[in-house]
Order: sequence, then C-alpha cells, then structure tokens
Amino acid sequence: MHTSPTRQGRMFDVLNHVTLGVLGLIMFIPFVYVVITSFSTESTAWPSTFTLDTYKYIFSTSTFIRSIGVSFYITVLGTALSLLSTSLMAYALSYRSLPGRSKIMLMILFTMLFNGGMIPTYLVVKEMHMIDTTWSLMIPGLISAFYLIVLRDFFSGVPLELIESAKIDGAHEVTVLLRIVLPLSLPALAAFGLFYAVGIWNQYFNAILYINSPEKWPVQVILRQIVILASGGIGDSGNAGENVAYYGQGVKMAVIVVSTFPIMIVYPFLQKHFAKGALLGSVKG
Amino acid sequence: MNPQLEGARRTYVRPAAQNRFMHFWKHRWLYFFMLPGAIFFIILKYIPMFGLIMAFKDYKPHLGVMKSEWVGLQHFERLFSAPEFWQMFRNTMILGLYNTVLFFPITILIALLLNEIRSELYKRFIQTLIYIPHFLSWVVVAGISYLLLTTEGGLINEGITRITGGAPVEFLTSEAWFRPIILLQLIWKDAGWGTIIFLAALAGVNVQLYEAARIDGASRIRQLWHVTLPAIRGVIIILFILRLGSFLDLGFEQIFLMLNAINREVGEVFDTYAYRIGLLQGQFSYSTAVGLFKSVIGLIFVVLANKIAKWFGEEGIY
Repeated sequence: MHTSPTRQGRMFDVLNHVTLGVLGLIMFIPFVYVVITSFSTESTAWPSTFTLDTYKYIFSTSTFIRSIGVSFYITVLGTALSLLSTSLMAYALSYRSLPGRSKIMLMILFTMLFNGGMIPTYLVVKEMHMIDTTWSLMIPGLISAFYLIVLRDFFSGVPLELIESAKIDGAHEVTVLLRIVLPLSLPALAAFGLFYAVGIWNQYFNAILYINSPEKWPVQVILRQIVILASGGIGDSGNAGENVAYYGQGVKMAVIVVSTFPIMIVYPFLQKHFAKGALLGSVKG
Repeated sequence: MNPQLEGARRTYVRPAAQNRFMHFWKHRWLYFFMLPGAIFFIILKYIPMFGLIMAFKDYKPHLGVMKSEWVGLQHFERLFSAPEFWQMFRNTMILGLYNTVLFFPITILIALLLNEIRSELYKRFIQTLIYIPHFLSWVVVAGISYLLLTTEGGLINEGITRITGGAPVEFLTSEAWFRPIILLQLIWKDAGWGTIIFLAALAGVNVQLYEAARIDGASRIRQLWHVTLPAIRGVIIILFILRLGSFLDLGFEQIFLMLNAINREVGEVFDTYAYRIGLLQGQFSYSTAVGLFKSVIGLIFVVLANKIAKWFGEEGIY
C-alpha cells in the first residue's frame, strides 16, 4: 500500500516482519510443545521417545469418552437452537417498520451492560428444573445479544426490493425468510453457528455451576480435573491412580490435544468466514 | 405501498387503537419469529435482574425470593466491612487496569504492525497463527500454563534449573507471579483476536492521506501517528468504553482456574468471592449483593466513559 524507498523505511519493514514473525511463533509454540509431549510417556520436559500409549490409555477410559459425547451432544443441539432463535429474532428486528423495534433493541442492548448475575440466574435455571440436566448448558446462553445485533445488521443488508417483490408475488413471511434471506446470509450464519459451537464446546463454569452428576459433565470439566487438579485417574474410580501416575505429563497433554481437536478442525472454516468480516457488521447497536 | 390505500388513509383517520392493532396484525409473523428470543430475554435476562431484589432480603430457599424477609442494606454493610473487601477491590481494580491499560494497547499495536505488512500472504500467515488461541477454552489455556510452569517437570522450570542451576520458581503458587501470568495468558489468548476489529477499521483508511503525508515528507512512523491512529480513533474509543463496561467482570473463568489457596490474596476478585461465599456456602442473598455491587460499579464506568467520549466530541455507544 505505502511503499517506502528510504533506508529508514526499509529498516522499519524488516524489523516489523521479524517482530510479527517472532510473535506468531511464540503464540504457536505452546501448541507444538503440547502435541509433541502428548506422544511421550516420559516425565521429563523434553521427550525423546515416541509412543501412542497415552492416546490408547485415554480412549480406554470411559469417563473421558463419555464427557466428549456429552460435549458433542450439547454442542450440536445447542448450536442449532441458538442459531435458530437468534436468526428468527434478528430477521424480525431487521424490519425498520416493525412497531416497537427500537424499544426491543434497547432492551436487548441493555442486557449487554447489566445483568442479574450468578445467583439470580442460577435460581431461575433451578425454577425451570434445568439443574443437573444438559439443558442448563444450552439454554442460559441461548442467544448472545452481540451476535443477534450483528446478524440483524447483516439481514438488513438484504435488498428490501427483493423481499417486497417476493411478497407481492404472494410469498409468505416464512417463505421469504427460508428462501431469500437465509440463503443470502449463509456466510454469516455459518460464522455465527461456528462461534456458538466453539462457545458451547468451551464452556466450563456453567457446567460446574449447574451440573452435579459426573456422568453429565462436559469435557472441559473432566479436562480440568485431569490437567489441573490432577487428582486420581480418568478411568472410573476403580482403576484410578497408578496408570495416570505412570503416564503423567503425556496423558495430560494428550487429553488437551483430543479436547481441542474438534476446534482445530473447524478453525479453517471459522477463519474463512470471520476473515470476510461477518463479525464486523457493527460494534454499535 | 398501494397508492390508493395511501390516499385513503390520508382522508380517513382510523381510531388509534384499531390502527395499532392492524399494524400489529400485519406483522404477526415477525412477532411470532421473535417469540423464542423474547421468552429467552425475559426469563433468563430480565427475571434475574428482578431477582436482584434478593440482595436486600434474607433469602430462604423454602420461602422463595418474594416471601423472604426484607433486610435493607444489611448485606452491603457486611460486604463493606468484610476484611476481604479492600483486598478484592484492589485486586479487581489492578486486574482491570492490566486489562485496559496494558492489554488493550497491545492489541492496537499488533494491529498497526500487521497493517504495515505489504505481503498479503505473510500477513495472513501471521493472522492464522495469532488467532488460534482465541478458540481454546480457558481450561485448556490454564491447563497448558500449569503444564509449562509446574515445578514437577514443567518446561519453563526445567529450563530455569538447567540454565541457571538455581531452584525452580513456584509460578503457580506465588503471589508475585499471579498477575503477570494472568496478563500473559490474556495476551496469548486474545491479543491476536482483538486486532480483527482494528484491522477492519484500518482497511477503510483513505490511501490518499498516506500519499499526501509522504509528499510532505512524513516518515513511516509519522504517517502512523498522524494518519493511521487518528483514522481509527472512533473505533478505539468505542471498544475502550465497551471494555470499561466489562472492567469488573473480565476473565472470571480465567481467574477462577488460576486461583488457589496461596495466591488468593492477590487473585480474589468480587466474582470469585461471590461464587465461593454464595454458592459453596449457600449465602445466596449476600452473594447477590456482592454481584449487584460489582454490576452497578461496572455500569457507572460505562456511563462515565461514554460521557467523557462525548465530551471529546466522539460518538460513544449510546
């Protein structure tokens, strides 16, 4: 964009490239280290042998596999519910002529600045009988006000003439949404679907707040137990202890790798979409 | 709009109520679409806000929020006189300052540097690397930190003992290291991601401004200072206000995961305190009061920041 033939300018360029290159590497190195050590059963920081035992071990334990299952379930179902309710509401609010629109927008915006907090929300979830059910991991975060507002702006970008002419041709509101607006907004929907999915997959605190039964714990809770608390094994209580003590570091690393694997798979898709600026519709309401 | 109808409306004024109903009826499907979302916001956002009244009551589970006894400001008095209050206040403020004064400018700096890169390929490569950590959970970030920093075979400590020959550093159970670790985690996870919005703003800067500056003999650094920064001033201010809004509840999961008995003195913030006291010890009303105090302070921050922004002739967020 702005070429600089001066010596000073060239110096700046070189320095800039190197600085960012180093930054990028520093950000990436922890991943490489985690992946490398996950293939080792040695307890030293620098592994020298290669083994798959760590992965064999964690895939032989029922607790970890079950928690992955729970996370998959809440991520798929939760994302579908979130995306559906968000896009329905965003579409309705994209109509400038809708009576009450600005009041509703204001009420949504307000929830971004102020909320009831942990205990009152907990009590509402409890009143809805969602404590210790997987619903408590999907419903309390059903709609992100921020995504809703950005998606609404995205829908507003669909040419009104297109919608009006479809309606003159007798198209129903549902048809307009399904056949015109949603198909035109696929990149945004994909982006927000993935953002929701990553959010649900990664949520930790809601799980320890709302879920009491270990068999309903999502992977993040199990992950914390294995890696941070490091107390006991990840198998069912019977065979806890010795194996983990033996595998040590490697098993913990492998658990991190497996639980972040789904995100690494969707990352290229995510990047493609957010790079297009789906998130950038607006910062303002 | 049908011109005939338009004409009819001008001459024949319908009763207001009926008019409003017709208007509503015309949009019935749109309201229907809004239903799931509206129910969500009412039940899970606004009812809990109403539930904040329990901060002024002595909540008893068998009585419920409504029937529990009013106790006025008793819980707030207890909070303000609690021995941990000033400690939490200080911790929250310091971590908030780290977040706004240290972390936030770093994202702007990285965005500015990225913006100066001319090779699209190299730029995208760097972006790919620095965006990834954003998508990891705090549990994973905390987990990796533990594994790298532990005194039992962690990479960092292994390096320290091997190079200096000294004793390993107790990063994870140290008061001095708690805040730096929190800041480093934050930078690792979100500094790259935070650049996105600035890069988008930077992409909109008029190229002619740079040309004009160059003709006037401005160096790259001066161009950055006099053209680029002013151009994204609005975005910086808006994001800064939003950041102030969450000044007090940033990184709850993160702090919670890094907190232990030894670093609690420097790491306990209002949120972790509310969780520990409220849910684990069952003092729901007191914990709600702690949360409300924090939210109100947060709201005051936003309002003040917005006022100041408008003073300086910027748009603000509302």
